[in-house]
Amino acid sequence: MVDPPAGHSGAGFFATSFDQVIGLARSYSLWPLPFATSCCGIEFMATMGAHYDISRFGSERPSFSPRQSDLLMVMGTIAKKMGPVVKQVYLQMAEPRWVIAVGACASSGGIFDTYSVLQGIDRIVPVDVYVPGCPPRPEQILDGLMEIQHLAQTESLRRRNGEEYQQLLASYNIQ
Amino acid sequence: MLTNQEVAQHIAGAFEGDVYDFEQPYDLLTFTTTREQIIPLLTHLKDHQQYQISFLTDLTGVHYPHLTGKEFAVVYHVHSLIHNFRVRIKVFLSKEDLHIPTASDVYPCANWMERETFDFYGILFDGHPKLIRILNIEEMDYHPMRKEYPLEDATRQDKIDPLFGR
Repeated sequence: MVDPPAGHSGAGFFATSFDQVIGLARSYSLWPLPFATSCCGIEFMATMGAHYDISRFGSERPSFSPRQSDLLMVMGTIAKKMGPVVKQVYLQMAEPRWVIAVGACASSGGIFDTYSVLQGIDRIVPVDVYVPGCPPRPEQILDGLMEIQHLAQTESLRRRNGEEYQQLLASYNIQ
Repeated sequence: MLTNQEVAQHIAGAFEGDVYDFEQPYDLLTFTTTREQIIPLLTHLKDHQQYQISFLTDLTGVHYPHLTGKEFAVVYHVHSLIHNFRVRIKVFLSKEDLHIPTASDVYPCANWMERETFDFYGILFDGHPKLIRILNIEEMDYHPMRKEYPLEDATRQDKIDPLFGR
């Protein structure tokens, strides 16, 4: 059980703000969309498995459909030819949506400093959390997920309508 | 058991004057032919009653920028599965005239290998059913495996990071 957010309670009622309740609910039911292209994807499979068990954090259902997922987890090298696919998947996701770049390749291109590899997915989609490592251990991926949970809990409900967020998307030629 | 000597003598006899530079690095029979003879040669080895060298293991290109007049090589590796015997055939092309007939009529598997060779070296396989890039993005306007690019462009802008530097 999670602790209730700050609020007022009395006999038979509990009052708090939507921001906190919705943030709490979102953060413990993040449906991840694993976009796994290489060895970081194998680490994610371990993260999904019984031993590390990402389900403990409310990510019970890895969603392989972008429309039903909240969190895009990009794990592995993204070649430039794959770039439009990642962007298309991101565009198909509904708001609110978060993105984790897992591993050195997704974060910066990693060792593949070459003509055919995208030098970090943040060149095509906005990224919320970067998980370093080559590949990162499952604990690190879980830590990245917990960072996303923290973002979801503290995010203002109006953020996605805000000027700043629109400018961020516009800088990626989205919308 | 086929020997390099035996096969080399047979090929030298059947394609006299059009096959040359026989060698056997690491015991792999290697020789050079011309682009006019490469398809008849592959067909001949494939259809040969005894040798049955009928499996195209690999087809790729090499760039030798220092060899004037034969800057590009197309290399065919063929294999006789019956005798476990391999042959490597090279064809040299000049950079002004990168045309060579397609092997995809003899070996359907050459289709994608030739597209890859075109993608990375720009070698044009005449008669190929669909000679377009296969691995790189379609918008790419150069052939990246050619040895004609500087190792790194010092003015590169795509990896500047205020935190981690270059």
